Amino acid sequence: MTAQRGLTPSQTIGPFLAIGLPWPDGPEVVPAGTAGAITISGRVLDGAGEPVPDALVETWQAAPDGSFAHPDDPRGAGPAGFRGFGRSATDSAGRYHIITLRPGALPWPGGGTEAPHLDVSVFARGLLHRVVTRIYFADEPQANAADPVLATVDPARRGTLIATPAGETGQFRLDIRLQNPQETVFFDV
Amino acid sequence: MTGYERPEGLHPPLDSPEYRSTLLRAPKRPPVRLEQGLTEITGPLLGAERVTSGDADLTTRHPGEPLGERMILTGRVLDSGGRPVPDALVEIWQANASGRYAHRVDDHPAPLDPNFDGAGRCLTDSDGRYRFVTIKPGAYPWRNHLNAWRPQHIHFSLFGRAFTQRLITQMYFPGDPLFAQDPIFNSIPDPKARERLICRLDMDITQPDWALGYSWDIVLRGPAATVFEQEHR
Ligand SMILES: [Fe+3]
Repeated sequence: MTAQRGLTPSQTIGPFLAIGLPWPDGPEVVPAGTAGAITISGRVLDGAGEPVPDALVETWQAAPDGSFAHPDDPRGAGPAGFRGFGRSATDSAGRYHIITLRPGALPWPGGGTEAPHLDVSVFARGLLHRVVTRIYFADEPQANAADPVLATVDPARRGTLIATPAGETGQFRLDIRLQNPQETVFFDV
Repeated sequence: MTGYERPEGLHPPLDSPEYRSTLLRAPKRPPVRLEQGLTEITGPLLGAERVTSGDADLTTRHPGEPLGERMILTGRVLDSGGRPVPDALVEIWQANASGRYAHRVDDHPAPLDPNFDGAGRCLTDSDGRYRFVTIKPGAYPWRNHLNAWRPQHIHFSLFGRAFTQRLITQMYFPGDPLFAQDPIFNSIPDPKARERLICRLDMDITQPDWALGYSWDIVLRGPAATVFEQEHR
């Protein structure tokens, strides 16, 4: 066994991430117009309720059948082809959006089933390390009620993790509030 | 199922008031501990489709060469057990030699360089190694406090192979006299951990009569020995 190496610490993404990180197809986990595609959008807001125009929102999720195209999934890697990853820099109004397919439910290693969800990283100037949150879906009330992660969250705050259907079919909204009073639940992963 | 270690006291506290932008952005409530499930131990395996040839050389993308001190920057992406992280996307962005970013928000009155946009990307090889050719970025002023200047740095974005390993950080240069007054560098609690963000001048990488060489390794969280079921029964 090699000696343990010291880990590299985090630093802020800073205000100039737009030079290097946005990809033209970043928000498109699947191309717009894909059958069954949904759009999740919202704003990133600071403690004064002002939009954060220099944030990067990244998502990672299972495919609709609950698989991951990844060799470390102990159930075996799912079929390749679903990227599972979305990246959206916020615009001048603090808005992000991700076009994707609904993730499937997942077996929880501690027993039980995780409701469909996306893992989310938020990076911004003023954040010295990413903050991690999740996006669940309001139209999955039974799955959410049985979700082992939501169960660890104060019921009064769970709503900050649940995207709500908005307007047309396939549109979901969820704002990410970095600070009080409606502060989003962030996770220590 | 194997998860990833949880570093304690490594990263800067989000609540670091000397860096003023944290005041309205750092969450006030403590984070909720998330056990690592399938979503956390997997992650995007972004590959060659994200990188085109020439992306790793920031000096040859325009009709002329950028001004500044040409440099080669290379190193390995490893986990804490020393295992290389192969085929992983590494993205960088930086100021030009004058300390100016090619970004509309940067109003520092230093010259833009039409031959430098400051973005690069590459994939690590089977040994976890990345390599960029660029120019040394300049220091630049910012408005955090009176007469605040950022030490010279290059921004790095790393994926590893799991959501849990995702990291964005900055790499600094040896002996920078601006370290002492920089609240971002000093937000890292452990001075030894700060030093791990500083690259090393490496004469074996330096190419005679052409460019100085620097080396910098990046260490991501490694697998933890604990098994979920035993930990939480
Ligand atoms: Fe910078």
